[in-house]
Amino acid sequence: MAVPLKERSPAPPKAPPTPAHRTARRKALLHWIAVHSLGVAAALFFVLPFVFVVLTSLMGSQQTLTRDLIPTTWEWGNYTKVLDTPGFLTWWRNTLVYAGLGTVLTVVSSLPVAYALAKFRFRGQRLAMMLVISMMMLPPQVIIVPMYLFWAKELDLAGSLWPLIIPMAFGDAFAIFLLRQFLLTIPNEYLDAARVDGCGELRILLKVILPMAKPGIAAVALFQFFFAWNDYFGPQIYASENPAAWTLSYGLESFKGAHHTDWNLTMAATVLVMAPVILVFFFAQKAFVEGVTLTGVKG
Amino acid sequence: MTTYTLRSKRRRAALRTAAFLSPWLIGFSVFFAYPLISTVYFSFMRYDGIRPPVFDGLDNWTYVFNDYPLFWPAVQNTLWLVLVAVTCRVAFGLGIGLLITKIKTGAGVFRTLFYLPYLAPPVAATLAFVFLLNPGTGPVNSILESFGISAPGWFTDPTWSKPALTILAVWGIGDLMVIFMASLLDVPKEQYEASKLDGASPWQQFRFITLPNISPIILFAVVTGVIQAMQYYTQPLVAGKVASGVIGGSGQQFEPGYPDKSTLTLPQIIYNAGFQRFDYGAAAVIALVLFGLSMLFTAFLMRSRGGLIRVGD
Repeated sequence: MAVPLKERSPAPPKAPPTPAHRTARRKALLHWIAVHSLGVAAALFFVLPFVFVVLTSLMGSQQTLTRDLIPTTWEWGNYTKVLDTPGFLTWWRNTLVYAGLGTVLTVVSSLPVAYALAKFRFRGQRLAMMLVISMMMLPPQVIIVPMYLFWAKELDLAGSLWPLIIPMAFGDAFAIFLLRQFLLTIPNEYLDAARVDGCGELRILLKVILPMAKPGIAAVALFQFFFAWNDYFGPQIYASENPAAWTLSYGLESFKGAHHTDWNLTMAATVLVMAPVILVFFFAQKAFVEGVTLTGVKG
Repeated sequence: MTTYTLRSKRRRAALRTAAFLSPWLIGFSVFFAYPLISTVYFSFMRYDGIRPPVFDGLDNWTYVFNDYPLFWPAVQNTLWLVLVAVTCRVAFGLGIGLLITKIKTGAGVFRTLFYLPYLAPPVAATLAFVFLLNPGTGPVNSILESFGISAPGWFTDPTWSKPALTILAVWGIGDLMVIFMASLLDVPKEQYEASKLDGASPWQQFRFITLPNISPIILFAVVTGVIQAMQYYTQPLVAGKVASGVIGGSGQQFEPGYPDKSTLTLPQIIYNAGFQRFDYGAAAVIALVLFGLSMLFTAFLMRSRGGLIRVGD
């Protein structure tokens, strides 16, 4: 299931340079050039939006109203202005609480479920798995009316992020599915050996599965963290009335509202919201790629 | 004696399974089954969240289908996005996946660059695209017009707002690229070598070896893409709000779907009906329509035989 991250081309065969060989080499070179030009063109499509956002974030307010692409004066102070905006740091803190606490709760509650679904045999296992997948595919908006009434009217928790965090202590369908896919790749012999040694299932989960499942757990943790970091709908439903509970994603949009003429400040705020995601990605590329692969291909 | 121990053993195994599953069993009942049943209940009730709910039969259903002005535009937009945006995403994702398997130099750098937009927070990415595609001063139109191309109004023009959303969706292709890349690398090399000996052209190789080998993944990408398109919420909403210039914290004044209902989607009108008009009954009806459609495609993903997601063993 590991994705080969680098594909090495085989060493070129050493043959006497015949004319046929030379045309073959010329063809290979042309092919190389064509493929890499396409690659560069595609890279521009993916990267230029980021570049323009960063460039705009460094312009003066007036210049964003012109058609210039490159700042005439580099206004690094835009970033301090954004960070000094009342609320911005609160949104950071709220987002970290929502994403951090949510991630821990999701992993702790989803791992045993995934283990049971992957490695136990019981009646209704197939049905349980089908229900997990159905939950995973369910748009959150489908059940929002009763969920909102439940949290707001029954428990009086509207205006906070708790209605979003608490459910994560009861297993997340996507996390369960992804972890189950990962646990299927762990050979049963390890578990059987531990059982023969008299290990209980909980100890197997903690001592055998947990160390081996680290890459899967890392992938789930990252996806869950970014889900919460990027979530707009949840905070909009539960926190919109109380700016003290806003998250970065929700606050960013209202930030645009407050600075509707200052694209430079809006783009600086955008960079500040995107930056952690991109930073984490550079440290955890492999876990992401494995996670995405697990959702689609194998298992 | 033996039957007794066997039975108690079984009971212990069942208890253990239940214990391991318990977080999800609670989660499923409280956060899935209960709200779903309540949604069915509310779909037959007139309820504004203040006065007690009143049973009114099928009134919510006929209201949504016949008179709710946002319902059919949202359905039409969703169909448009399913047809066009999903097709573009799958085709482009496959193309980029193929390209990355052919790149020999700097493959890791290219892959990283292609993947990054997938991670960009949707609100941030949408804000960025509304700015980039801003008809007055946005860089994209500046560049297009410097080539003498008369540039469209993108998010401010009802005919171009959905293509603009499609470009945004295609930009975030990273997940599909990875899935396609992994499946392309799994195609047995021998098949290519054998066909090469038979003198197959690259196109024939793609058509008769690559495509049949990865067709389950293409189908998977299409079906999950359709489910995603039906859930499309943050990007069209934020694009509409920002492009219209009407943004406040709660967004109460915002007429959804700007420009001219062209960016309305089903999740948005659930929000509009429930949380802006406080018509929980109508919101429940739309929610059930969305649920029905999503489950139709989910069932397709899980068909017992030949399903795209393997459920059991």
